[in-house]
Amino acid sequence: MIRVLLPAHLRTLAKISGEVELEVAGQVTQRSVLDALEARYPVLRGTIRDHVTQERRAFLRFFACEEDLSHESPDAPLPDAVGLGKEPLLVVGAVAGGL
Amino acid sequence: MSKVRVLVGTRKGAFVLTSDGKRDKWDVSGPHFAGWEIYHVKGSPVDPNRLYASQSSGWFGQVIQRSDDGGKSWEAVGNQFAYEGVPGTHQWYDGTAHPWEFKRVWHLEPSLTERETVYAGVEDAALFRSEDGGASWQELSGLRGHGSGPHWQPGAGGMCLHTIVQDPSDPGRMFIAISSAGAFRTDDGGKSWRAINQGLRSEHIPDPTAEVGHCVHRIAMHESRPEVLFMQKHWDVMRTDDAGESWKEVSGNLPTDFGFAIDVHAHEPETIYVVPIKSDSEHFPPEGKLRVYRSKTGGNEWEALTKGLPQKDCYVNVLRDAMAVDSMDSCGIYFGTTGGQVYASADAGDNWAPIVRDLPAVLSVEVQTLP
Repeated sequence: MIRVLLPAHLRTLAKISGEVELEVAGQVTQRSVLDALEARYPVLRGTIRDHVTQERRAFLRFFACEEDLSHESPDAPLPDAVGLGKEPLLVVGAVAGGL
Repeated sequence: MSKVRVLVGTRKGAFVLTSDGKRDKWDVSGPHFAGWEIYHVKGSPVDPNRLYASQSSGWFGQVIQRSDDGGKSWEAVGNQFAYEGVPGTHQWYDGTAHPWEFKRVWHLEPSLTERETVYAGVEDAALFRSEDGGASWQELSGLRGHGSGPHWQPGAGGMCLHTIVQDPSDPGRMFIAISSAGAFRTDDGGKSWRAINQGLRSEHIPDPTAEVGHCVHRIAMHESRPEVLFMQKHWDVMRTDDAGESWKEVSGNLPTDFGFAIDVHAHEPETIYVVPIKSDSEHFPPEGKLRVYRSKTGGNEWEALTKGLPQKDCYVNVLRDAMAVDSMDSCGIYFGTTGGQVYASADAGDNWAPIVRDLPAVLSVEVQTLP
């Protein structure tokens, strides 16, 4: 079971409380995890990665096991601890003051 | 007795304000979508309980919300706005070519006649239509393909299509406005478009009377006279009596003709309202006095409306989509400020009072008059 922790705004949007647990078939990568996440919660399509290009939105980051995986290939395997469900994949909004 | 529902979009959520026909006591519901920018909320003229909201965020992009119970509950619908074909380029601020990129939905305009049809004006400028209640969106690409698209350029707020005005007497005719390209009209339901900017003059472009490049801020129409339009341009208040074929300036005795919002009295098509703002570099009212100006002559002759509005130390702005009118017998006028106040007048502007005063910065105000 893959664990994913979303930012508060996306949890509210998708009506999720706490972590999401997902079954992911095949290799556990950013792409396969996000595919499974969006299949379960279609409202999240376009909010984490672009509808068409599938690129990560600029102000979001992917962390796991205290590492920044944002710039890894979306098809690179995630750390074993994520694949084993010991650690969550964190989707994190960039810290910004802004408006 | 009729009721009034005011739909308010702010920098940090949406609010729904309701009152009976007296409009002196208001119930405030919200924030809906707390923490998100709500550029616009608008109800369907066909089914007033059908509302649409544009919810966006720099982090998470665009979401469209729909309500079928007047804003009590909401459902996220389609949020994919894909330009048709190869988007091409427009001008960047320095005149260089810049690729078209979708950023957000500025304005949602439900159809006057079809419950499931709604239009969306977006940044970078384009017009989309949904015929399934917002589940899916298709670009009306004839606008962007007008030919002048490569010469459009963003205003300070972005290159947004912010105004969509449908002609109630002709389902094929629609007007839109883009900052900073100008106004356009279709007569064939959105297939083809023509620029309708003759008579506009803008000193910030090399040719001040060019076909496109004008920073139109807002256009308003009275439903009884769809060929008459009123425009608040970046500078200048303008009017056309021939559906945009030609415009003439009606700024008259305004203290400044810069501003964003403009609207028309519900029952008096020659009575119009603006909120003058000092300048494009000082986005606040002149002299720190928040004044609505009313013309009962379709422009040129304006009177300041001040009763109940702050007349000292007021430095808020009133944005382009943040003024609306109800259609009660005594027409109500409403506007929201970047200071978080929504002011209302139940007597066509003679007297004002805040109906809510500490919201996040107000981006848009729409009003529904309900049975």
